[in-house]
Amino acid sequence: MRRRCGDRAGTGLSGQTAQACSRDEKMIHSLFLINCSGDIFLEKHWKSVVSQSVCDYFFEAQEKAIDVENVPPVISTPHHYLISIYRDKIFFVSVIQTEVPPLFVIEFLHRVADTFQDYFGECSETAIKDNVVIVYELLEEMLDNGFPLATESNILKELIKPPTILRSVVNSITGSSNVGDTLPTGQLSNIPWRRAGVKYTNNEAYFDVVEEIDAIIDKSGSTVFAEIQGVIDSCIKLSGMPDLSLSFMNPRLLDDVSFHPCIRFKRWESERVLSFIPPDGNFRLISYRVSSQNLVAIPVYVKHMISFKENTSSGRFDVTIGPKQNMGKTVEGVVMTVHMPKAVLNMNLTATQGSYTFDPVTKVLTWDVGKITPQKLPNLKGIVNLQSGAPKPEENPSLNIQFKIQQLAISGLKVNRLDMYGEKYKPFKGNCKKRVLRKDPKYQIFHDTQTQGANSRRTCLLLLRSV
Amino acid sequence: MAASPAYGEEKGGSSSLGEPEYGHDPASGGIFSSDYKRHDDLKEMLDSNKDSLKLEAMKRIVAMIARGKNASDLFPAVVKNVACKNIEVKKLVYVYLVRYAEEQQDLALLSISTFQRGLKDPNQLIRASALRVLSSIRVPIIVPIMMLAIKEAASDMSPYVRKTAAHAIPKLYSLDSDQKDQLIEVIEKLLADKTTLVAGSVVMAFEEVCPERIDLIHKNYRKLCNLLIDVEEWGQVVIINMLTRYARTQFLSPNQNESLLEENTEKAFYGSEEEDTKDAKAEAASMAKRKPYVMDPDHRLLLRNTKPLLQSRNAAVVMAVAQLYFHLAPKAEVGVIAKALVRLLRSHSEVQYVVLQNVATMSIKRRGMFEPYLKSFYIRSTDPTQIKILKLEVLTNLANETNISTILREFQTYIRSMDKDFVAATIQAIGRCATNIGKVRDTCLNGLVQLLSNRDELVVAESVVVIKKLLQMQPAQHSEIIKHMAKLTDNIQVPMARASILWLIGEYCEHVPKIAPDVLRKMAKSFTNEEDIVKLQVINLAAKLYLTNSKQSKLLTQYVLNLAKYDQNYDIRDRARFIRQLIVPTEKSGALNKYAKKLFLAQKPAPILESSFKDRDHFQLGSLSHLLNAKAVGYQELPDWPDEAPDPSVRNVEVPEWTKCTSREKRKEKVEKPFYSDSEGESGPTESADSEPESGSEENGSSSSSGSSSSGTEEEDEEEEEEDSGEQSEDKEEEEEEEEEEKRPKRKDKEGSHKAVLRTAGSPSEEEEEEGAKKSKKKALQGRKGRAETSSEASTSESSSSGSDSGSEAEAKQRKAPPSSKASSKEISLLDLDDFTPPPPQPIPSSSIISTSLVTDLEGLTLTDTSLTPTLLSPAFSAVKTYELLHRMAGEGLAVEYCFSRRPFPSDPHMVAVQIQISNNTDTEVKNLRVNEPKPLSGMRIQEFPEIEHLAPGDTATVVMGIDFCDSTQAANFQLCTHTRQFYVSIQPPVGELMAPVFMSENEFKKEQGKLMGMSEITEKLTLPEKCRSDHTIVQQVTSAANVGRVPCGASNEYRFAAKTVTSGSLVLITLERREGSSAQLTINSEKMVIGTMLVKDIIQALTQ
Repeated sequence: MRRRCGDRAGTGLSGQTAQACSRDEKMIHSLFLINCSGDIFLEKHWKSVVSQSVCDYFFEAQEKAIDVENVPPVISTPHHYLISIYRDKIFFVSVIQTEVPPLFVIEFLHRVADTFQDYFGECSETAIKDNVVIVYELLEEMLDNGFPLATESNILKELIKPPTILRSVVNSITGSSNVGDTLPTGQLSNIPWRRAGVKYTNNEAYFDVVEEIDAIIDKSGSTVFAEIQGVIDSCIKLSGMPDLSLSFMNPRLLDDVSFHPCIRFKRWESERVLSFIPPDGNFRLISYRVSSQNLVAIPVYVKHMISFKENTSSGRFDVTIGPKQNMGKTVEGVVMTVHMPKAVLNMNLTATQGSYTFDPVTKVLTWDVGKITPQKLPNLKGIVNLQSGAPKPEENPSLNIQFKIQQLAISGLKVNRLDMYGEKYKPFKGNCKKRVLRKDPKYQIFHDTQTQGANSRRTCLLLLRSV
Repeated sequence: MAASPAYGEEKGGSSSLGEPEYGHDPASGGIFSSDYKRHDDLKEMLDSNKDSLKLEAMKRIVAMIARGKNASDLFPAVVKNVACKNIEVKKLVYVYLVRYAEEQQDLALLSISTFQRGLKDPNQLIRASALRVLSSIRVPIIVPIMMLAIKEAASDMSPYVRKTAAHAIPKLYSLDSDQKDQLIEVIEKLLADKTTLVAGSVVMAFEEVCPERIDLIHKNYRKLCNLLIDVEEWGQVVIINMLTRYARTQFLSPNQNESLLEENTEKAFYGSEEEDTKDAKAEAASMAKRKPYVMDPDHRLLLRNTKPLLQSRNAAVVMAVAQLYFHLAPKAEVGVIAKALVRLLRSHSEVQYVVLQNVATMSIKRRGMFEPYLKSFYIRSTDPTQIKILKLEVLTNLANETNISTILREFQTYIRSMDKDFVAATIQAIGRCATNIGKVRDTCLNGLVQLLSNRDELVVAESVVVIKKLLQMQPAQHSEIIKHMAKLTDNIQVPMARASILWLIGEYCEHVPKIAPDVLRKMAKSFTNEEDIVKLQVINLAAKLYLTNSKQSKLLTQYVLNLAKYDQNYDIRDRARFIRQLIVPTEKSGALNKYAKKLFLAQKPAPILESSFKDRDHFQLGSLSHLLNAKAVGYQELPDWPDEAPDPSVRNVEVPEWTKCTSREKRKEKVEKPFYSDSEGESGPTESADSEPESGSEENGSSSSSGSSSSGTEEEDEEEEEEDSGEQSEDKEEEEEEEEEEKRPKRKDKEGSHKAVLRTAGSPSEEEEEEGAKKSKKKALQGRKGRAETSSEASTSESSSSGSDSGSEAEAKQRKAPPSSKASSKEISLLDLDDFTPPPPQPIPSSSIISTSLVTDLEGLTLTDTSLTPTLLSPAFSAVKTYELLHRMAGEGLAVEYCFSRRPFPSDPHMVAVQIQISNNTDTEVKNLRVNEPKPLSGMRIQEFPEIEHLAPGDTATVVMGIDFCDSTQAANFQLCTHTRQFYVSIQPPVGELMAPVFMSENEFKKEQGKLMGMSEITEKLTLPEKCRSDHTIVQQVTSAANVGRVPCGASNEYRFAAKTVTSGSLVLITLERREGSSAQLTINSEKMVIGTMLVKDIIQALTQ
C-alpha cells in the first residue's frame, strides 16, 4: 500500500493517492482559503496534496445555500469531508479524510483566523496575500501532520515575528527575516502561553470588562429573554513571571464562566478568585454569563408605529428611541437596523437626529442615531412606499438596536482587587489610567415586531497591588 | 485560476524587493517560455552565496506553492540549500521539501544526512525540528531511518523531542503500515511518559495506529486522568474521546439499574436523581438481593477530572467532556454539561451548528437536562437559517405539557418571520408538538387552519401537509377543516399541498360527500397541467370516489383514467392501468376486484412525526459521524457497556522500589518542580542524567516565580476539594515514597471514615449516609493505592454534606474523645467501613501502629527529593490552654471557657474551630443557650454552635463553633444568649491558632522557604533558657505556641515547622537553629508579615519564659 502511494504521488495523481492510503490519515489534511467570489487564493497541504477540485463540492453547497451564512460547516463528499468556517469574508475550508470531532477542526480554524488577525491586524484576503510567506510559516508551525502543534500566540510570536512597517523596511534593506533566530522556549515550558524573559520598563496591567445584553423583547415591550454576556479582556505588560490574582466583590454573580487556560481552576472553585500567570500582551481572560435574574433593566426602550395601509401602496413608519434608567450614564453609539419586508420599495423618512440609509436591494434600513440625550429623544418617521400592486406586508419587521454605555457594567460586577505575587518590582504607578475600549458592539437582539439590542459596555480597571 | 491576475496586481502594489517581477508573472502565466525563464532566474538566486537573494527566491517559491502552482522543477536548486545557515531560508526549504519530496524521491535523499546530523544536535529544539521534517518527507526508502530516529527520540531526555516522536509515529505509519508492531512498542513506551507535553500527542498516535489495543491504556489510565487538566487543549480532546471508549469497555453502566428501579415504585419514590443513593441504600437495608451497582473508583476519577474542563475556552474540549458525560455519567450527573453547552451557543455560528446538532440528540434522550435553558434556544432574527432550524428542533424536543404554551407562543412569532424556509420548519415543528402532546392538538390544529388563509403560499402549503398528518389521527371530527381545505384547491399552487389536499379528500370522502365529486370535477379539468404528484393523487381520488360514490363520479373517473393513460409520465400511465383493472369490474379482473374497497380504503395508520435526531446517539456524540448521521471513515464504534466489569486491577500501577533512585542527578532533576501540572517535573523513566541546562533553568525559573501564592493556594484548594486532592497529590509525590506514604494516610482514612460512620449513626438522612459511605470507601481505596489523604480532608468531605444538627453533634463527641481512644475506635471504624461498602478486592493492610511523627520522620529519611504537596496534618499537639470567655461572676453563675481544639472545623475548612465549654454554676436550669447576633468585622464569619436547649445546674456542656478570623488577630464579637440574659463576649485568637499544620518534606520546605525571602522573612535571635534546651521541650514549646507541624530535618541543631493559615492558606515556615551554647536563631517565613511578626514574639516568649 505504501509503495502504491508513493508511486502515484510521483505521477501526480495526488487526490486519489491520498484516498488510497486514507485509512490512517487523520485530522486536518489540507486547507484552502477561498474568497467571496469563489477564488482559491491560498492552499496548504500537510500531507500529500489534495487537488483543488475538491473545492467544487464546497462551491456547490455554497450555491445551494444562497446566503454565505447558510453554507453547512460540514460537507460530505465521496472521498473527503470538508469542514469550513466563514470569517471576515473568507472561507477557510479544510479537507478531512477520517473521523475527527468537527468542533476540533472548527475551533482550530478559528484559531488560525485569530492568529492572522493578531499578526496582520486584519484577517483579510489582502493581508493574507501580502504576507503569504508568514502565513505559510505560521500554518507550518500551527499544525504538524494535521495535528495542532503550537497555537498559543506567544509561542508563535517567538517563532515568527509579526510584520511591522519598520521591520519590513529593515528586512528589505538588510535581508534579515521574520523568523526568530532564538529558539522558542515557550514550547518547553509548563506555561506555554507565556514567553520567557519578558521585560518592560513600565509594568502595566489593564482589564476591560465588556458586557453585552442580549435581549429579545416582544411587541408590547416586555422582555422575552435576556441575559448578559461578559468578557474580561486583558492587556498585561509585566516583566518576568508575575502571578496575579484578581478578586471580585460579587463573584457569585457570574453564572457560567469559561477560562483562559492560564487560570487555576481550583482556586476559582474554592475561593472565587482568578489566579493566573498571564500571557504577555492581549488576551481574553474569561468570558461569563449572567442570567436574567440579575438584569436590572434594559437601558433603552423603543416606541414604534409601523403600519401599512390596505390597498394603498404606502405605509407609515414612526420610531422613537429613549433611554431608561441607566445610572446616569449616557447611551451612545446607538444604531438601529430594520429588515423591511420585501414589498417595500423605498422610504421617505426624516430623522431628528443622526442619519439613516435604506438599501432598496437588501431592504435594510439603518439609522445611525449616535448619542441619546434624554431631553430630546431621537425620532425617525415618514412614509414607506410599497411596490404598487404588492399585497400589504403581513409581518412587521424586527428592529435590532445596538448601543454602548461607557463605564458601566450592567451586571453590577465589581472587581475587588488585583494582587501580584512572584515578582518583586513595583508596578508602574501610572497604571491607574483608564482606557477606552475597542468599539465593536456585536450583539443585536430582536424579536417579533420590536426588538432591542442592547449592548452595554465596559468598565476598565486600574488597580494593581504588589504584594 | 481566476484569482491569479488580481493577486498579481495586489502583489505588485506592495513594493518590496524582487516582488515586482514576481507580480507580473501570473499575467504571462500562459506562456511557457517565460515560465521557464522565471525559474532560471530563481535558480540563479538560489545558487548565489548571498542569503538575502536565497531568501527572496524561497519566498517567491513558497508564494507559488501557496497558490497551488507547480514549482517542482526547482527541486535540485532548492534542496542544495537545506544546510543553509540562515534560519528562515532553512525553514522555507523545509516547507518546499515536505511539499515536493514525494515527487522527487531520489533528490530528496540528498537532504537526509542533514537531518540525521540534526537529530544528534545538543539543542533539543533542533533535534525536534529535524525529526519533524525528516518524518514529514514521504519517501518510502527512508522508512528504516525514520523508524530508528523515532525510537531514539522516544527515549530522548527532552519531553519536547519525545512529543515530536509521538507526532512522527502516525506519519511513519501512513507511509508504511508494516511497521505497526514496532510502532506500537514505541507508543507503549511513550504512553508511560509522565509529562503533559507528550500525553496528548501519544494518545493521538495511539488513536491512529492502534485504537484497538485498549490494553495499552490500562496501566496509564489513572495517569492520563490526572494529567488531563494540564495537557494542552487539543490533546485534551483526543484523550477525552479515547477515554470515553476505554471507559465503555472497562466499567459497568452507571444507569443499569435505572429500569429496575423505575419498576419498583417504592424505591423510585426517593427521586430518580439519587441513583447512587438508592443503590447504596438498598444495599444497606437488605444486603442486596440483587447485585448493587457501585461505581468503579476509576470511573469516578475520570468523571471528576474531566468536569473542570467544561469551563475551557475551547469549544472542542467542552464538547468532548459533554459527550463523555453523556455516554458515561450516571443519569443524575449528566445535567452539569447543559450549562456549558448552552454557553457554546454564543460562539461562532459554525460552533453553534455543531453544538445544536448534539444538543438535539441529547435533548431527545435527556429532555430534563436542557429544560431550564429553554429560552436560550429562542431564535433570533439574525440567526442563519440552518441555526434557526436546529434551534427549532431542540425547542420541539423540549416541549412538554408544562412548557408547550410558552413554546407555541414563541412559534407564533416565528411564523411571521420573513425567512420562508424557517417558517415552513416552524409549521412542521408545530405539527410535531401537536402529535406528541395530545393536550394541545386542537389548539395547534386551529392555529394551522388559520394559517391556511395566510398570504404566503409556502406557508399555506406547509400547513396543509402538516394538517393532513394531524387529521389522520382523528378525521371524523374535522370535516369542517377538510371542507375548508377543499376550497383551497382553487388557489393553492404548491404541488405538495395540492396533492395532500386531494389525498385527504379522497381518504375522507365519506365525511365530505358533497364536495368530493366537485373537487374531482375541477381537477379533471386541470389534469393535464398538474404536476406528477398531483396527477397521481387525482387518480387516487378518482378511484376512491368511484368505489364509494360511483354514481356521481363514474364518468369523471373514466375521463381521468383516460387522460392518465396517455400521460407522458410512465408512472402515471402505469398507475392508471393498474387502477382501472382494480376498480372497474371486467371479466378479466377476477377476485381482486372484490377487495378493491378494502385495498383503497383501508384504515391507514397515522404517521408518527419524530425527530430526525432520534437514536442518533448510537454514534459517539461530537463526532463527525454523528453530525453526518453516517459512519465516517475511521470511525471507532462506541462499544456497549460490558455485562460484567473486567478486572479493575489491571489499572493498578506497580510501585517501583524507592531505593532504586539514588543517583544524585536524578534527584536534581526532580527538584524541577512542576507548575500547574503536577507531573512535569517527574522525568520519564528514560530521562537520563545529563539534564539540559537550558530547560533546567527555564523550569526552575517558572517554578520559583510561580511564587508562594500558587503553591500555597493550590494546597488550600486541595483541602477544599476533598476528592481531587487525593489524586493530585499522588502525582506530586514520588512513587518511590509511596510505600511509606501508604501507611500514614491510611490511618487517617480510617479516621475519616470512622467519622463518617459515626455521623451516620446519628443522622437519619439517607443521603448523607450515602455520601459519607461513598467517600469513606473511596478513601479506603485510594489509601490502598498509596495516595495521600489527610484527616482534614476527611472531615471536609464529611462536612460538605453535613448541616444537620445531629451530624455536628456527633462530630463534637468525636472531637471530645481523648486521643488515646483513637486506636480502638479505628478498629471499629474499619469494621464499619466493611459493613458499609463491599470489601475492596484487596485487603487493607492494617498499619496503624506507626505514629504520625514516626511517619514524618521516615519521610525525612527517604533519599529522594520529593515534590510532595504539603498536605494538612492533624495537629501534632493538642492545645490545652483554655481561655475565659465569660467569668462566673460576670455571667451570673454561667461560666464559659474556650480553647482552640486545633482540629479542622468540619463544615468550613477556613474556620478555626473553637471549643467552648459552658458550665452552669447557678441552681436553676439554663435554657436555650445560643449565639446571637454575631457582629463579625468585615470578612469574618462565625458558624454558631447548635443551640443548647437545657443545661442542668452543675452541668457542663461542650460545643464547637467555627470562626473565620480572616487571618487576623482581631477579636470575634458576639452575644451569648440564654433564655433570660445576653452576654457580650469576644474571642481573640492567639496568632498561633490561626494556622493549621501541614506536612512537607525537608526539600520542599527549603524550596518554599526560598520563595519567601526578603520581606517575608523575619529573623530574631534569642537565648534559650536552661530548661528549654532539650529537643523535646523545644518542639513542645513551639507546638504549644502555634498550631504547626514539624518538618523532618537532617541537621540535629535545627528544628523546622510548617503550617498554613486557615483562611488564606498562606504558608508559615518556622526554622529554629541552635547555635553554640544557649543562643539560637528563629526564622519565620510567611507572606503574611503581620502574622510572622506576631508569631516570632509568641514563640520567643514560649521558649524563653
